[in-house]
Amino acid sequence: MKKWITGAVSIAVLAASSAMCVAEENIIRLATTTSTYNSGLLDKLLPEFEKTHQVKVQVIAVGTGKALRMGQAGDVDVVMTHAPKSEKKFVESGYGVNPRSVMYNDFVVVGPKSDPAEIKGITSVTSALEGIAKRNVTFISRGDDSGTHKKELSLWAETAKGKRFTNYKEVGQGMGKVLQMADELEAYTITDRGTWLAYKSRMQLTLLVEGDTRLFNPYQIIQINPEKHDGVNSIGAKALSDWFVSKVGQGMINDFRINNEALFYGSANADVANN
Amino acid sequence: MQENLLETSILSLELLFSFDAELWDIIGVSFRVSMIAISIATLPAILIGFALAMVDFKGRWMVVALFNALMAVPTVVVGLTLYLLLSRSGPFGDLHLLFTQPAMIIGQVALAFPLLVCMSHSAFQSIDKRAWETARTLGANCCYAVITIMKEARFALLAAVLAGFGRIISEVGCSMMIGGNIMSYTRNIPTAIALETSKGMFAQGIALGLVLLILALLLNFTLASIRGKGQLV
Repeated sequence: MKKWITGAVSIAVLAASSAMCVAEENIIRLATTTSTYNSGLLDKLLPEFEKTHQVKVQVIAVGTGKALRMGQAGDVDVVMTHAPKSEKKFVESGYGVNPRSVMYNDFVVVGPKSDPAEIKGITSVTSALEGIAKRNVTFISRGDDSGTHKKELSLWAETAKGKRFTNYKEVGQGMGKVLQMADELEAYTITDRGTWLAYKSRMQLTLLVEGDTRLFNPYQIIQINPEKHDGVNSIGAKALSDWFVSKVGQGMINDFRINNEALFYGSANADVANN
Repeated sequence: MQENLLETSILSLELLFSFDAELWDIIGVSFRVSMIAISIATLPAILIGFALAMVDFKGRWMVVALFNALMAVPTVVVGLTLYLLLSRSGPFGDLHLLFTQPAMIIGQVALAFPLLVCMSHSAFQSIDKRAWETARTLGANCCYAVITIMKEARFALLAAVLAGFGRIISEVGCSMMIGGNIMSYTRNIPTAIALETSKGMFAQGIALGLVLLILALLLNFTLASIRGKGQLV
C-alpha cells in the first residue's frame, strides 16, 4: 500500500514538473517600463507576436531601475527600457546581451492652464525648468528611479540652480499617478508623451514645452545573458527582440495611435540610443 | 550586485543605526500621522462602543453589524472614497486637503474607527451590566460610572487601541492614494516600502519593515506584561 502511494506521488510529481518545463519554454518574461505598458502599445503588439510564434509573453511593468535589476537577477528573459546610461552599464557588466534600439518617443513638460511660471512655448526645456524654480511653483517629480525620473534629473542638472526649491515634490509613483497629482495640485511635471496622450482627456493640465532635442527618449531591448543564470529563455528572448526590430514590428510601432496621434517611432535602423 | 536576504538585512541594519536622515524622516512622518489619528479616533469610538453595549435601542444590532462590516472594507476603498471627496472636483475640493498630512490623518481615523468601535463594544459586552447599575445606585453620576466601567474593561480597551494603531501604521493603500507619497511630507513607512521595492532598493525596504516589526513586538510585549501583572497603572 505504502509503495503504491509513493509510486503514485512520484509519478504525479514527475508529470507536474515535466508539464512545467513545457510551459516554461513557451513563456517569455519581459520586464519593461510603465510608459510602454500604460500607453497600450504592448497590448496591441504582443498578441500579434504571440500568435505567430505560439508563445505567451508575460509583461512585468515597472520602472527602468527595477526592470534592469530584475534582469540582473535573472527573474526575466528580456528587458525593454529607456535609460541609455544604465543600459550601457548593464550590458558592459555582462548581464545583458545584444542591445538593440527599438523605438523612441519624447518627453513633454505639462502644467496648469493658468501657467503661473509663464513657460508656455519656451523652446529650451532648461530655461522652462529655471522659470518653474525661480517662481517656486509646485513641480511633481517621479522620484522613483525610473527612466523618466533619471531624464528629469539630468535636465535639472543642466539648469543654473538645479531643483533646490521648496515646492519641488518627489512622490515616488508611476507616471499616470504623477499626472493625476499634478492635475490635483495644479503643478508642473515632465512626462513621456505616451502617458500624457493616454491621460490628457481626463486632465485640466495642458502641454507647455515640447520639441527640445534633450527631451528625446530612446528605448532599447536587451536580452538577458543566459550564461549568468540558469533557466533564462534565451531563444524566446531572441525571437521577441528579432520581432521588435523586424519590418512587421517596426511597422506596428509606427502605426500605433492614441487619439490619432503617433506615440512611438521605430528606430531599429537608426542608432538613436547613443545620442 | 548579487543580493541575498542576509546581506540585505545587514545593510538595512546599517542604514537604521547610522541614523540615515531620509529613513528616520519617513519613520517620523509615520508615527506623527498615526499617533494623531489614533488619538482622535479613540475616545469617540470607545464611547460609541460603550453606548452600543449598554444602551438598548431599536436597530442596535444593525448598527453593530454595520461597524463590523466597515472593518472589512479594504483600505484602498476607503482611500478611493476619500480621494473622490477631497479631489479638486469633489465636494470638499476647496479645502485643498488632498495629498497632505491632514488627509492621511482623516483616512487613518476612518480606518481605525470601526475597529475601535467593534473591539470596545465586545470589551464592554463582557462586563457584567450590573456593574453599571451598582455604580449608579452607589451614587456615581453618569460620567463617573462610565469611567468605572472603562476601568473594568481596561485590558480589552488597550488591546483595541493597539490593534487600531497596528492597522493604521501598517496600511499602504489609503496613505498612498490620499497622501501621495510626497518625500518628507506624506511618505510614511508602508508607502516607502512599496516605493523602495518598486525601485529594487530592498535594503531600505527591509530596514523599514524591521521598524514595523520591532514596533509590533514592543506593543505586544507591553500589553502582555501589563496583563501578566494584572494591573494597569
